[in-house]
Amino acid sequence: MNRINKRLQEDKELLSIYFTAGYPDLEDTVPVLEELVKSGVDMIEIGLPFSDPLADGPTIQQSSTAALKNGMTTAKLFDQIKDIRKTVDIPLIVMGYFNPMLQYGVEAFCAKCAEIGIDGLIMPDLPLAEYQEHYQSIFEKYDLKMVFLITPQTTDERIRQIDDATNSFIYMVSSASTTGKTSGFGNVQTDYFKRIAALSLKNPQIVGFGIKDEDTFKAATATAKGAIIGSAFIKSLTENGISGIADFIKSIRP
Amino acid sequence: MNYNVNEKGYYGDFGGAYIPEMLYPNVEELRQNYIKVMQEPEFQKEFNELLKEYVGRPTPLYFAKRFSEKYGVKIYLKREDLCHTGAHKVNNTIGQILMAKRLGKTRIIAETGAGQHGVATATVCALMGLECIVYMGAVDIKRQAPNVARMKMLGATVVSAESGSKTLKDATNEAIRDWINNPTDTHYIIGSVVGPHPYPDMVARFQSVISAEVKKQLLEKEGRENPDYVVACVGGGSNAAGIYYHYLDNPEVGIIAVEAAGKGIHSGESAATSALGKEGIIHGSKTLLMQTADGQITEPYSISAGLDYPGVGPMHANLFRSGRGEFISVTDADAMKAGLDLSKLEGIIPAIETSHALAIFNDRKFKKDDIIVINLSGRGDKDLNTYIEYFDLA
Repeated sequence: MNRINKRLQEDKELLSIYFTAGYPDLEDTVPVLEELVKSGVDMIEIGLPFSDPLADGPTIQQSSTAALKNGMTTAKLFDQIKDIRKTVDIPLIVMGYFNPMLQYGVEAFCAKCAEIGIDGLIMPDLPLAEYQEHYQSIFEKYDLKMVFLITPQTTDERIRQIDDATNSFIYMVSSASTTGKTSGFGNVQTDYFKRIAALSLKNPQIVGFGIKDEDTFKAATATAKGAIIGSAFIKSLTENGISGIADFIKSIRP
Repeated sequence: MNYNVNEKGYYGDFGGAYIPEMLYPNVEELRQNYIKVMQEPEFQKEFNELLKEYVGRPTPLYFAKRFSEKYGVKIYLKREDLCHTGAHKVNNTIGQILMAKRLGKTRIIAETGAGQHGVATATVCALMGLECIVYMGAVDIKRQAPNVARMKMLGATVVSAESGSKTLKDATNEAIRDWINNPTDTHYIIGSVVGPHPYPDMVARFQSVISAEVKKQLLEKEGRENPDYVVACVGGGSNAAGIYYHYLDNPEVGIIAVEAAGKGIHSGESAATSALGKEGIIHGSKTLLMQTADGQITEPYSISAGLDYPGVGPMHANLFRSGRGEFISVTDADAMKAGLDLSKLEGIIPAIETSHALAIFNDRKFKKDDIIVINLSGRGDKDLNTYIEYFDLA
């Protein structure tokens, strides 16, 4: 069974961390990964930097720009993590934008991910319809779970379509925003979390965008299976470096 | 063969809507409504009245006698430079502001490079009394100060895009991010035939008034609706889409697209997307774009701020790949010379974008009795500083 599915079956609230590969320094990718695992996170999203990250706010934009300046490329990432399964056994997801994948070659990209032991992909700008028509069979051939996003504006009907096309978890964007923007959760989020919970979807949901501390983590996991932290983690990494990772994770889930 | 958009939002291999889920409701709302709204008689009436009374349409189809004599062909200029605000851009912003109102939107955002589309958007927002926020790259804000001032006079808020290379592509990213953060009350007026479906088609339809008029006007002047060629400069490609539109599926009419070669196609400073671009995704559309081997989008260069977009609209990518369109690239130097030529021969100072389309006649030879219609997409006032510096006119 795919590592993501196995982890989702565990009876615990999952903490997933997003970080940008090749940041702060080009060769930090593997040290960051290993420190995150040591700190007890349940899942990791490895961000493949892109020049024009439409869905991202300033923090992740800045880390992406810096990583590209450091010399990060798709091939470089695959090379850095080629032996990652010797030391890391938690689910690993590559998150990035579709154009770099398209240039690498969709099938070649998937084959490489499978060879390394990547479990899933998040490509925010590869929409459901295009995925189903052109790429689903390739992803499935390599047992890569494609994770789709939903937002408070997504209709129930479309959520059901996404649920049908998914076989891992649904990435529940907490509010209508780019990454790193929201400050705490209000009634809008609580209502939205309840609405989704009431749909009784076949896939569990993991909440992302706006999770930054123990309070928001607890609020998100009150109804959802887990939460993803990106911008807040990058900020901490920028300020405190790799040695600050354990403290950051402890501050989220003591 | 059909060169227009299909029901899935594609022109051949190009187009589609490669957008994050956060944008899906906005884009889907537009997709479901845009044709229906555009076909409402009330919409048509208001759109056409504004084009006539406010924009000043129809714009003349002017026979450029002395310019024609120089090259031994018959050259007509479609005078979009005479539109209110000085370029064809306003055809689209009038259409989109009416669309936004019918969709109940109260807040308008736009991106702009040189500032022409920003000014055209600020203008229609003033006309309709709607809030207007224009994203503009920090670098462009510095080099296009008069247009920034115009937008401010018109009541718009100009927001400096500080990400990436701080130019048009980054202003577009920022506008898209704004839309993600304001999903219900905001309409995004894209300025060219780019972006996710239905934008390329919607903008092309609003600009198609250009070729609709050419057909009528040419019939009056030459006794035929079809020229031998229609010629336009292409950055994103909205003025080109406008003048090609009603000729797309008519093989008797040659389509010529003129891109900016900058300092030369292989100089490393160019914006000739058809020559240098590869298939990829930019701003929600699958099209040809300039990028690294690794799929990072690169920054193009042209002396003309309206042509330095790293992609090209999906309609044009398909015209290129299918061979329906003939793509020519023109250097800064040749474009500037052609702009000066037209000024002296016809008393018309063209925008530098347009000057690229005027510069093809030294290398591209035509038959003596060929009738060629060039879209004179904008006037050169905004470029005076560039002309002055380039030709040392001060």
